[in-house]
Amino acid sequence: MTTERTADWAERAVAEAEALTGRESGRLSPEQQVLARIERARRRRPRIRESRVTLAHGAGGKATRTLVEGIFVEAFRNPTLEALDDAAVLRPNVDRLAFTTDSYVVSPLFFPGGDIGDLAVNGTVNDLAVSGARPLYLAAGFILEEGFPVADLQRITASMAAAARHAGVQVVTGDTKVVQRGKADGCYVNTAGIGLLERPVTLGTGHVRPGDAIIVSGPIGDHGVTVMLARGELDIEADLVSDTAPLHGLVAALLDAAPGVRLLRDATRGGVATVLNEVAQAAEVAVVLDEAAVPVRPAVTGACELLGIDPLYVACEGRFVAVVDGAQAEAAVAALRRHPLGEDASVIGHVTADPPGIVLLRTAFGGTRVVDLLVGDPLPRIC
Amino acid sequence: MRFVDEYRDADRAQTLAAQIAALCEPGRQYKFMEVCGGHTHTIYKHGIEDYLPENVSLVHGPGCPVCVIPMGRVDDAIAIAHEPGVILTAFGDMMRVPGGSGSFFDAKAAGADIRMVYSPLDALKIARTNPDRRVVFMAIGFETTSPSTAMTVLRAAAEGIGNFSVFCNHVTILPAIKAILDSPDLRLDGFLGPGHVSTVIGCRPYEFIARDYGKPLVCAGFEPLDLLQSVLMLLRQLAEGRCEVENQYTRVVPWDGNPRAIEAIGQVMRLRPYFEWRGLGFISHSALRMRDEYAAFDAERLFDVPGVRVADPKACQCGEVLKGVLKPWECKVFGTACTPETPIGTCMVSSEGACAAYYNFGRFTRQRLTEAVRV
Amino acid sequence: MCLGIPGEIVEIKAGRDDLAIVDVVGVRRAVNIGLLGQDQVGIGDWVLVHVGFAMSKIDEAEAAATLTLLNGLGQAYTDELQALAESDIT
Repeated sequence: MTTERTADWAERAVAEAEALTGRESGRLSPEQQVLARIERARRRRPRIRESRVTLAHGAGGKATRTLVEGIFVEAFRNPTLEALDDAAVLRPNVDRLAFTTDSYVVSPLFFPGGDIGDLAVNGTVNDLAVSGARPLYLAAGFILEEGFPVADLQRITASMAAAARHAGVQVVTGDTKVVQRGKADGCYVNTAGIGLLERPVTLGTGHVRPGDAIIVSGPIGDHGVTVMLARGELDIEADLVSDTAPLHGLVAALLDAAPGVRLLRDATRGGVATVLNEVAQAAEVAVVLDEAAVPVRPAVTGACELLGIDPLYVACEGRFVAVVDGAQAEAAVAALRRHPLGEDASVIGHVTADPPGIVLLRTAFGGTRVVDLLVGDPLPRIC
Repeated sequence: MRFVDEYRDADRAQTLAAQIAALCEPGRQYKFMEVCGGHTHTIYKHGIEDYLPENVSLVHGPGCPVCVIPMGRVDDAIAIAHEPGVILTAFGDMMRVPGGSGSFFDAKAAGADIRMVYSPLDALKIARTNPDRRVVFMAIGFETTSPSTAMTVLRAAAEGIGNFSVFCNHVTILPAIKAILDSPDLRLDGFLGPGHVSTVIGCRPYEFIARDYGKPLVCAGFEPLDLLQSVLMLLRQLAEGRCEVENQYTRVVPWDGNPRAIEAIGQVMRLRPYFEWRGLGFISHSALRMRDEYAAFDAERLFDVPGVRVADPKACQCGEVLKGVLKPWECKVFGTACTPETPIGTCMVSSEGACAAYYNFGRFTRQRLTEAVRV
Repeated sequence: MCLGIPGEIVEIKAGRDDLAIVDVVGVRRAVNIGLLGQDQVGIGDWVLVHVGFAMSKIDEAEAAATLTLLNGLGQAYTDELQALAESDIT
């Protein structure tokens, strides 16, 4: 029985160094060979050896550099980022920029249809898209919990990189902090985004007027219900995935087809109902919805009925609400439906003058009810 | 959704509405109380009142087991939650109910481990998977929910789970209805009976309402057509001079209830001599507590609960609103001191309380809303 | 109170006589059927689900009867309306 064992990490380091040594040519003196070896080692992209994030990774020194280069630069790969300057210098050639930020604290980090990384890219891309901008650059800030598995961080970063490529954006700058175990719930991400306003379009609640149509780009509630079920506390299973997706392409298709778009909003926290309440209040109009026209997947309906939640208040991460000149509603919906992300786009209501600031719903049953702003998140109920 | 969508059909509603209108005596006011908070919810969610004539009004009764929990009991639960090692579990409905010094949400922010569950069985699962913690389930609800708590305790006993207990706030519906019936300023013509409570207790227990108080009761389902049909059945009774208990919800409610459910309740719980109902005061034999044989699962015996009564502000007029005597807007603090964000009393606490429902919905006349929707 | 939703029993858990999987338009949850008894319900039956327990078996005949009644009301009423319109009481 051995009382002695070797340190695996040390053995590996020796073996790797030996493998490198074999590639040296015989032209250099022994001293030059050693110096060249050190140079090569320093220039190589560092690899993370640890399996968990530690406080050292957040201290700003070598470990941080290793983390940043080994995970973030490796995944996001663009010249601006690789310079690793304190700020990214950009040269947009437009008059107007759109600029937004969002923080992502979703739990669980990984869920059917995506993860926090997808949300972090798509969410910010979408805020830019619904402003009429072409998303181009992202900043990404990470707050990591001490002990967070590096494999999970790599997975999240890979998702972000893929989402960024898909959306045509680059992560050009970022930041990393590590906080003590017990804080940050594993990983929090903040992204800020810059987009170019190339279109002459101006969108805003000021343009909304009676007669406008309310359009939603697809079925509502998929993301919120998926995440709620993924937490596992409710012990409910359903074939649902998050709807997280970048919407800039869909928005472009809409703006090309219907110049009479007054306003676009992505329906995230608080769902479609919250967005429409904000619009009704800001524009001092009434929004009248037709319950039968609102697209909802059966599984979302089933889960919401079971829990006593209204899908109108449940978050989406790949849907937007459009307020459009009534005369162009049909063209708008047709344009959306031609795009894969807008297959189920529908007119769900219209704007009227009275009563101002209120959202009403004509129920499928034929009655009327008010869709008010929620006090807090929708909670499952037994009553 | 099967057994749901068919009962939400708008065309059938039109004919029911016409039938209802046809059965009303001109000039007569009809007031029916729907006892159950779930009915209030359906009425507002689907806009059922649009189908009722002006002279038929639905009064929201005390059937919200969340709303009637006194603030002091919320405080007691929070005190338990702050005990070392405790995980307090509760239904979503409870999370925002304010106690004397804040809600479960506030207590959670202050560091208590309070978790939302969909079922008492989920609370038991938390106990099973956290053997070093003491898991307490905040049990609320009428007879619909008490059997579930009882069955969960029986399962805990069978599995020997020693770190699970129940803070029992179950209440029973009949004493509340009787309190309404006994109030001197009663102005009701009939009752829409609580359909899901009746899956447990059946329809027989309501017979005293028709027999001793002369008010008809129709046990009603929760879909819009169920409610309209039940209103029609009540009007028909009145028109034909009948006064009896009828079952509209026959697809789910057996006349004799669920004997196993009643047995489970009786095995694990017994009636308290009295219990305070927020808005209605102390009512005797109206609530349940754990039996002595199950003391090991009774949080009230395992923990020191403060048991301090927190009175509603004097300005609160929930009692009169609950009995149908006052309309929400007639309460002096409605909409001013008392709003859904800052509920002073039970009627505003839950979204199904009469005042909350009216605040969120009834700010506009029906006329104005119907016109806005019809374009 | 009393949020109860109809769901279809799609599986009875092996080894437990009181646990079933219930499906509500594709959403599945384990539901305790101990209040109904295993002899009362089986796969394909519909039950009313409240806080994870099956409270009652849905009587499909009664459900159909209620709907027939509701439909019948419609027809009877339309007939009556028509009759009223066609008659002249002056």
